[in-house]
Amino acid sequence: MTSHRAKPWKLVVLVVGMFGFGFALVPLYGVLCKITGLGGRTGDLYVYDPASVKLDESRLVKVNLLTNTNDGMTWTFRAEQRVLRVHPGELNEAKFYVRNTTDRVMVAQAVPSLAPGSAAEFFHKTECFCFARQVLGPGEELEMPMRFFVSSDLPRNLDSISLSYTLFDVTQLAADGQIATGA
Amino acid sequence: MRVLVGASVVGYASGAWADELNLREGATSIMHDVFDLHMFVLYICCAIGIVVFSAMGYSMYAHRKSVGAVASQFHENTRVEILWTIIPLLILIGMAIPATATLIKMYDTGGEDLAVEVRGYQWKWQYKYLDEERKNTLSFFSNLSTTQDEIHNRSPKGEFYLLEVDKPLVIPTKKKVRFLITGNDVIHSFSVPDFGIKRDAIPGMLNDVWAVVDEPGIYRGQCSELCGKDHGFMPIVVRAVPEDEYNTWYAAQQVAYAEREQMASQTFTAEQLMTLGEQVYSKNCVACHQVDGKGVPPVFPALAGGKIATGEQAGHIRQILQGVPGTAMQSFAAQLNAAEIAAVVHYERHSWGNATDDVTQPIDVLNLVSAQ
Amino acid sequence: MSAVIETHHDDHAHGPAKGITRWLFTTNHKDIGTLYLWFSFTMFLIGGCLALVIRAELFQPGLQFVDPAFFNQMTTNHGLIMVFGAIMPAMVGLANWLVPLMIGAPDMALPRLNNLSFWILPFAFGLLISTLFMEGGGPNFGWTFYAPLSTTYAPSTVTFFIFGVHMMGASSIMGSINIIATILNMRAPGMTLMKMPLFVWTWLITAYLLLAVMPVLAGVVTMMLFDVHFHTSFFNAAGGGDPVMFQHIFWFFGHPEVYIMILPAFGVVSQIIPTFARKPLFGYDSMVYAVASIAFLSFIVWAHHMFTVGMPLAGQLFFMYATMLIAVPTGVKVFNWVATMWRGSMTFETPMLFSIAFVILFTIGGFSGLMLAMTPVDFQYQDTYFVVAHFHYVLVPGSLFAIIAAVYYWLPKWCGRMYDESLGKLHFWLSFIGVNVTFFPQHFSGLAGMPRRVPDYALQFADFNMISSIGAYFFGFSQVFFLFIVIKTIRSGKAATARVWDGAHGLEWTVPSPAPYHTFTHPPTVTDAEAHS
Repeated sequence: MTSHRAKPWKLVVLVVGMFGFGFALVPLYGVLCKITGLGGRTGDLYVYDPASVKLDESRLVKVNLLTNTNDGMTWTFRAEQRVLRVHPGELNEAKFYVRNTTDRVMVAQAVPSLAPGSAAEFFHKTECFCFARQVLGPGEELEMPMRFFVSSDLPRNLDSISLSYTLFDVTQLAADGQIATGA
Repeated sequence: MRVLVGASVVGYASGAWADELNLREGATSIMHDVFDLHMFVLYICCAIGIVVFSAMGYSMYAHRKSVGAVASQFHENTRVEILWTIIPLLILIGMAIPATATLIKMYDTGGEDLAVEVRGYQWKWQYKYLDEERKNTLSFFSNLSTTQDEIHNRSPKGEFYLLEVDKPLVIPTKKKVRFLITGNDVIHSFSVPDFGIKRDAIPGMLNDVWAVVDEPGIYRGQCSELCGKDHGFMPIVVRAVPEDEYNTWYAAQQVAYAEREQMASQTFTAEQLMTLGEQVYSKNCVACHQVDGKGVPPVFPALAGGKIATGEQAGHIRQILQGVPGTAMQSFAAQLNAAEIAAVVHYERHSWGNATDDVTQPIDVLNLVSAQ
Repeated sequence: MSAVIETHHDDHAHGPAKGITRWLFTTNHKDIGTLYLWFSFTMFLIGGCLALVIRAELFQPGLQFVDPAFFNQMTTNHGLIMVFGAIMPAMVGLANWLVPLMIGAPDMALPRLNNLSFWILPFAFGLLISTLFMEGGGPNFGWTFYAPLSTTYAPSTVTFFIFGVHMMGASSIMGSINIIATILNMRAPGMTLMKMPLFVWTWLITAYLLLAVMPVLAGVVTMMLFDVHFHTSFFNAAGGGDPVMFQHIFWFFGHPEVYIMILPAFGVVSQIIPTFARKPLFGYDSMVYAVASIAFLSFIVWAHHMFTVGMPLAGQLFFMYATMLIAVPTGVKVFNWVATMWRGSMTFETPMLFSIAFVILFTIGGFSGLMLAMTPVDFQYQDTYFVVAHFHYVLVPGSLFAIIAAVYYWLPKWCGRMYDESLGKLHFWLSFIGVNVTFFPQHFSGLAGMPRRVPDYALQFADFNMISSIGAYFFGFSQVFFLFIVIKTIRSGKAATARVWDGAHGLEWTVPSPAPYHTFTHPPTVTDAEAHS
């Protein structure tokens, strides 16, 4: 019977390894999404260096800005301008307005998503309220700027990009000490 | 053979039985391509099936022990095996080429004329026209309009049973319309088969598909991802009209929107509130809280004799404005204006034996919204 | 003295214990195989009843019998019970009975682990089924339980669902370790890997698939558990998570899972057809390579279940091509079965009838699978009854028919009695008609646009739904008839010979019928006649 022992233990290692692989898929997935733009994930904070960014004034790219609050989140949230037309390479600012309409302090997280996903790698934010949680007291309101540019190597046939922000209530998550990251 | 029957039946499909048997040819050139690809692959599968099943059928007839067949003992033939590996591979490549071409076409997202946001809720769709000029986006909810009586077999079912809504999405023909799709709570899926499109509506994520509709008409689809209790009861109806008709409609919507906002500041009689309230209730509340207000406890609480519907008025209004997170009771602040909320609150507080002594006006709702 | 005692032990090894303790504590592969098979048949009948509730509601448009929330519990639990409670345990039961006999081993490598692997299952399914009676109702989010419907919006019984899945997974994992150790370590001398019966090969490969993917399923339900109870955000966009990631991880398990359910069926059919054609299996080597390629390819096609989720173009194309590729080795297998029949000397006893029906109807399921692989058209088929038709064709006249064929084929070996051939043939025809009347119309409903997982539908889908429901009840009752046939055989069937079928080859046919409680206590000699056919 001892001759049977070695094989099962090797197989147990395989099992444990695959269980770990399942969890490793979580960060792996995040990395793949960043590379491929799946899910329209925009990147982290980007530093705009005017010297190295090429401005392309030959075309305008339409940027649709969409705002939503997720289920159970009753804040007022809107973009001051629905549509922007920008030159690639040009730094632009979009203003967003948010208001806590409830009677208690709440924490919100804005989650961005870009469509088409293939445009995500060309869209860079230099300042965004989505990088941090927003804490507002009852009735408090806030104007939040978002600064971005579209890099000039955006393929010419991509002439329209849509960026949506969904506002989630993360008061409970914040209280539990969970870190909510942006982007 | 089953496949033979299926093939000939499907062959008739583009005629009278199209509704029941086959994909539709569609109303966009992309969908025509998709339909052609579908028929192409289906015919190849039928052909292969006929060949293989005929060989089997023949063998079952001719190689029976009962007719004296003697078994050969061959069990390999390298040449034949290579052939029946390579030939299917070539057939697959032949199928993959048009499929790739169609898919690439579908992913060509440039050149939009109009963008509409489509948002899936439990259990209805919201459409928002992304209009760059105005601050007030035209936005409305599209609810199933089939009645509960039809669903529960108390009255005969209409022609578009489960495929009809109160406010369809209206788009212009011959224009590239981009649909930006997202979800409010769980994953839904936006599907309009005539346009060849289906894309999931995922909370926190934006998806996009587009369509250029050739012919005016009414096109219907259904939610295509299990999303809870009423997954089967949230259809999509798109009315495609020529561009000038679309522009007229759009302008009229803006006017109606402004009128609605104005109504919010009026005062109503109790009778008017009950009438409007009953309308709002039967469209938005009845599926869960039931016609008799008894609900389906514990998931959908009873309003008849319920402590919120007979308790403090402000608490009742707030329940509808904010919803109850973690339950199926969502916030209705976005989809009902102040007059509608006031009416339905009034209706609930004066129905099914509930007899509070207050009257709820739009201003009561507006006060709560802007207070604090 | 010792020589006398030795021979005594050889011929008169002690028989099984008496009473219920026999079944609770058995470490005998035959007993455990029997336990798995009876358990799986019970689960099949329960899962079948849930299906009949579904088909009753779908008999006509309108809501007649159940409310939509309960309907969702029916569809969810029908799927869970059939996949994890009926098909998989039946295949494990066949493995337990047959693998040691086919390779000339006295038992499985780890007999006590074998007992535990089985006895976990009644607890796991007791827990799962009891959730239907708990407050808030049982799982209602589909057997594929996508987040956030299965996390943020789930009933409180989701926690029991997760525990049930963990238990079933543990059972499968332990069973697979056992099967691999047995096959690799305990083959009789002379039985090289390429002389093993194909059924053993398919189970060897299936067991590796199980070890690779069941832990990933365990991982994903653990992540769900954390999201539900410990406020993590694996699948919650609010906290930086992603519902789509759930689908990727789930289907990384889910796609190999469906091959886990079909590969042993391929093995069964590859044993039966050569016997009744009286001819060796055509292309044994390529059959082995085909099974191995299918298993490998099954790891890289998962996202074809997610074509509508919004993947980038390159991803869609990759998964389309990889999925189409699986048709090649699968086609090779179908052609090999036909070539085995060709120029044979066939008789059509019940196992052969079910096996031939398997080849035809599984191939039809394969065609609809190929159609589903074509991404631009999949946008039309996804989440409609076309998908439901596809997977029921590969699972019911696919996996289930193979299991039934296996029972008819090997039951005489297991219990020493022949089943009644006329009754068997009747059961076959009732099943064949039933399965096609139930599922073929669903192709049409799906193409016409009927979504899946709905309790009610638009009027143009009415005719085919009615036909499908009639077929379902017909098919359901014919499986109760099967139960009757099996019990009648066990109690009063004619005595069976050792060989049973005149064209049968393999070590299991060299022992008496019924197989003695302990067999191959000394390893047999493997002659070419008893090697794979």
